[in-house]
Amino acid sequence: MSLLKVTDLVVSYGGIEALKGISFDVDQGKIVTLIGANGAGKSTTLRTISGLVAPKSGRIYYEGRDITDFGTQKIVETGIALVPEGRRVFANLTVLENLRIGAYLRKDKEVIEEDIQYVYQLFPRLQERSWQLAGTLSGGEQQMLAVGRAVMTRPKVIMMDEPSLGLAPLVVKDIFKIIQTLKGTGMTVLLIEQNANAALHACDYAYVLETGRITMSGTGEELLASTAIQEAYLGKTSKS
Amino acid sequence: MNQKKSKTPMIITLVLVAAIYVAVFIAEQTLPANSMLFTVLKKGATYALVAVSMNLLNGFTGIFSLGQAGFMLVGAYMYGIFTIPIAQRASVYQYFDGGMIQFTVPVIVAMILAGLAAAFFAFLIGLPVLRLKSDYLAIATLGFAEIIRAIFQWNGLGPITNGSNMLRSFPSFNDFNIRDGQGNVTVYLSTLIPFLMAGVCILLIVLLINSSYGRALKAIRDDEVAAEAMGINLAHHKRLAFCVSSFFAGVGGAMLAMYQTTVQAKSFTSAMTYEILLIVVIGGIGSVTGSVLSSFLFVACSEWWLRFLDEKQMIGTFEVPLLRNGFRLVVFSVIIMIVVLFFRRGIMGDKELPDLLSRRMKSEGRRKK
Repeated sequence: MSLLKVTDLVVSYGGIEALKGISFDVDQGKIVTLIGANGAGKSTTLRTISGLVAPKSGRIYYEGRDITDFGTQKIVETGIALVPEGRRVFANLTVLENLRIGAYLRKDKEVIEEDIQYVYQLFPRLQERSWQLAGTLSGGEQQMLAVGRAVMTRPKVIMMDEPSLGLAPLVVKDIFKIIQTLKGTGMTVLLIEQNANAALHACDYAYVLETGRITMSGTGEELLASTAIQEAYLGKTSKS
Repeated sequence: MNQKKSKTPMIITLVLVAAIYVAVFIAEQTLPANSMLFTVLKKGATYALVAVSMNLLNGFTGIFSLGQAGFMLVGAYMYGIFTIPIAQRASVYQYFDGGMIQFTVPVIVAMILAGLAAAFFAFLIGLPVLRLKSDYLAIATLGFAEIIRAIFQWNGLGPITNGSNMLRSFPSFNDFNIRDGQGNVTVYLSTLIPFLMAGVCILLIVLLINSSYGRALKAIRDDEVAAEAMGINLAHHKRLAFCVSSFFAGVGGAMLAMYQTTVQAKSFTSAMTYEILLIVVIGGIGSVTGSVLSSFLFVACSEWWLRFLDEKQMIGTFEVPLLRNGFRLVVFSVIIMIVVLFFRRGIMGDKELPDLLSRRMKSEGRRKK
């Protein structure tokens, strides 16, 4: 059963349609990725699901419920968290305060403390730096914090917008390990990436987005094997 | 590793604050009541409250608002209107047949009313204005402050606001002194009371800043999009910060009325807002301690220490050049430029007093090892 279901989603900024009617499913406990070039509409998709952008038409279902008109606050409460593009940690707050902001909508005080310890377990580096201002962390640590902050909302679905952006290759590896860890804890991950190679290796299912339309879909292996994908996103030229 | 924040700096801070209050009380009983020191302390306490309230918006929520003078005006008028004794109303409202309002409320109630009225205006103004960002918001709030000033001077509202004439005869700081039967002062409280008023209000603001609401406000300041993605309702929180800030600006306005003993709309100009903005910048945007310190410094400089610049000074028979009326402001501007150029983070940056103390103790602890 699909946990998150998007049907015929159309989003336009001004007169320009960024999404021209896309439909896809995200299954429970899976890593699903959307890959595509700049301007394909990947970020728009995530922003629309999390309620930051209102769609022109189309519906979004979560656990069978229509959440299209819920508004960000309610969507976060129902269990969909966004790790925004470019990390966007709160630079002048400490690591701990950043995590507490993640739990802002929650009322269960004791569980929040447990969850902070849980995040520290996932990312021991954050515990070492819990009193440091988030702006002084390295890029990789900030990305960990952004993920940790999203985990603090107790999500069932965690959506990540280009988590590898601007990070060193070694750190990117760490980030993908983190994604696997999250999956291991039963979380569903919706990942969008320009780093198609890494994303396709990590995911269970993938959709290819081109200028606002889904042009292809399949499991990671299937897409990795496809010549069209290899040429367009993986930089391999077909041998003639 | 400093995992847990120690409680000691907090306690030292509280002791320090208490000591300041005791010192103010003792100084007031012993020093002559007309000493310049008390003028500075009274006005300083008033400005400290308004500066902290502005810092709540500009420093902690990242809303660059320049409406402070307008909200102070609302507060000052509300206070004046509701506390002028009935017997005095005929003479105060001489052009408006004694005015419309013929009752008074206790000082404390009037101050709360002052805050509520300012917060109400802020709510109305905030509906359109808080949709704007940065400079545009600053311009819009500045404009609204001017509009408020114009409205309060309008003769049509004369029976309530006394038009462009001043309000006077309401209880001022000096009325807090306890007098004996002959009218001689037995216990001076005219400085301690404003200190207490400002202290309580600033404490409330500090509690707000350190609550989870305050953390959300800081998150909005750092990154609106990320804050929204975490489920923080931007419009709601901005409105809250705007209204709370204006509430305390209104209370500050009431205190300014008590300090000045008269209220006239035309004195609440944008220049007053800039003075307060200056205090906030000099003190450090995002530091309550900084705002408080720089309020007293600013008021002391402008009312007392730099006054000599405005008068002819003779050293023996030599007349010091340049010193004449208005020169103080020139010196002031130079100081401001120096601060902005070389001390951009202000006196305190975004640190508070307990932060400084804990750092001191940490380094001492290290030295002992």
